[in-house]
Amino acid sequence: MTTNDLTPTPGQTIGPFFGYFNAAEQVHLPFENGDNLVPPGHADAIQLTGTVYDGQGTPIPDAMIEIWQADAQGNIPNQDGSLIRDPFAFTGWGRAITDNVGTYRFTTVEPGATEAGKAAFIHVVVFARGLLNKLHTRAYIPETTDDDATLQAVGDRAETLVAKRDGQRLIFDIYLQGENETVFFNFPGMQYPKP
Amino acid sequence: MSDTNSPKLDPLATADSQETISAQIEDISSQYNSGLAADPANQETQPRLNYPPYRSSLLRHPTKDLHHTDPETIELYSPAFGHRDVHQLESDLTIQHNGEPIGERIVIRGRVLDGTGRPVRNQLIEIWQANAAGRYIHKRDQHPAPIDPNFSGVGRTITGDDGSYEFTTIKPAPYPWKNHHNAWRPAHVHFSLFGTDFTQRMITQMYFPGDPLFPLDPIYQSITDQKARDRLVASYDHSVTSHEWNTGYRWDIVLTGSQQTWMEDENHDH
Repeated sequence: MTTNDLTPTPGQTIGPFFGYFNAAEQVHLPFENGDNLVPPGHADAIQLTGTVYDGQGTPIPDAMIEIWQADAQGNIPNQDGSLIRDPFAFTGWGRAITDNVGTYRFTTVEPGATEAGKAAFIHVVVFARGLLNKLHTRAYIPETTDDDATLQAVGDRAETLVAKRDGQRLIFDIYLQGENETVFFNFPGMQYPKP
Repeated sequence: MSDTNSPKLDPLATADSQETISAQIEDISSQYNSGLAADPANQETQPRLNYPPYRSSLLRHPTKDLHHTDPETIELYSPAFGHRDVHQLESDLTIQHNGEPIGERIVIRGRVLDGTGRPVRNQLIEIWQANAAGRYIHKRDQHPAPIDPNFSGVGRTITGDDGSYEFTTIKPAPYPWKNHHNAWRPAHVHFSLFGTDFTQRMITQMYFPGDPLFPLDPIYQSITDQKARDRLVASYDHSVTSHEWNTGYRWDIVLTGSQQTWMEDENHDH
């Protein structure tokens, strides 16, 4: 569009060919260390990992997950270097693709809460072939979620938003559909039309 | 050409004909248009996540209501990118190899704005696309069209202070896919965009004007509103065309309104 129309441009699916990364090749969106917000050997490193499932419980091997988060003190990062990683800088953003069995992995730190009285969370965006627009959700840090107003407003399904702790790992599975469907957020200005 | 040469991407891929898919597209379209005629408030501006003619959407769309909420602090900001991250030459997809890629050299130029018309400055745009034969560089793309050794089909840039961007590339071709029998995607370039707020993060596809595959394509048609679909179609712009070098297209992108700047304005007002 080229007019003065300020209606938001529609999204479209990421499709199947958004790329991959391996030791030999880097093609399209994934990039080296995109999934390492801190180096894996970092003293406070944790792994955020999970599997993305469709409505039949089948893992989705062609999804892309991005995360965006505060640092351990709850500060919001504001420095470049999100694509070319400096191991001593924390930019707060990461990108990972799901593997052949639908699993994604990030190495990061646990974020602090960004607002007093709110639970700490990692913001998560999901893209996939077959998914016609992005979906936003949050992976909340367990033990911080008591009394959080958003989680209370979500109600019965709030547990789909809370990561499960397993040692140095936080497990956050994402169900696009079905009984365990993850809660996705609709922020002001977004539109998700339904038939 | 045997089917063993083609990608088997989706266990749900059916042997449905284009006529079957087109009939479903037309049903949804006529229902939408009568709903819109009854009440303009029914206007849709984004794709439906549940769009049965796009078979892969069937099991990959949420069926429960999305939860309406306001963004919290971190969501009012975006990751930062700069010239540390992206070299200026990465916006030219025709110079990444030793030779010239085959195909029609084009320039795509435009601006990224938020919903209030403010330019989105110094933000990352990534594109990826098929080559002039309709082939992607991807381990899962087995479409028997030639790979161009001089074309990877991936580019990045950082928007200017006025939200402007420009890519030099090769016009991609349509390519076949497995949604139904004899399914072809209209030529398109994938765009990945960031705003000032992470809630504005989006991925979409830019199309070329007058593509005869538009009415047949369930991904494009998942946006039920013609005006909304038109927003994904670039315009040919002769002022972007340059003498004996490239043809030119213009495409502006509008993200959802920035809550961050809205709240700051609100504070100034009171």
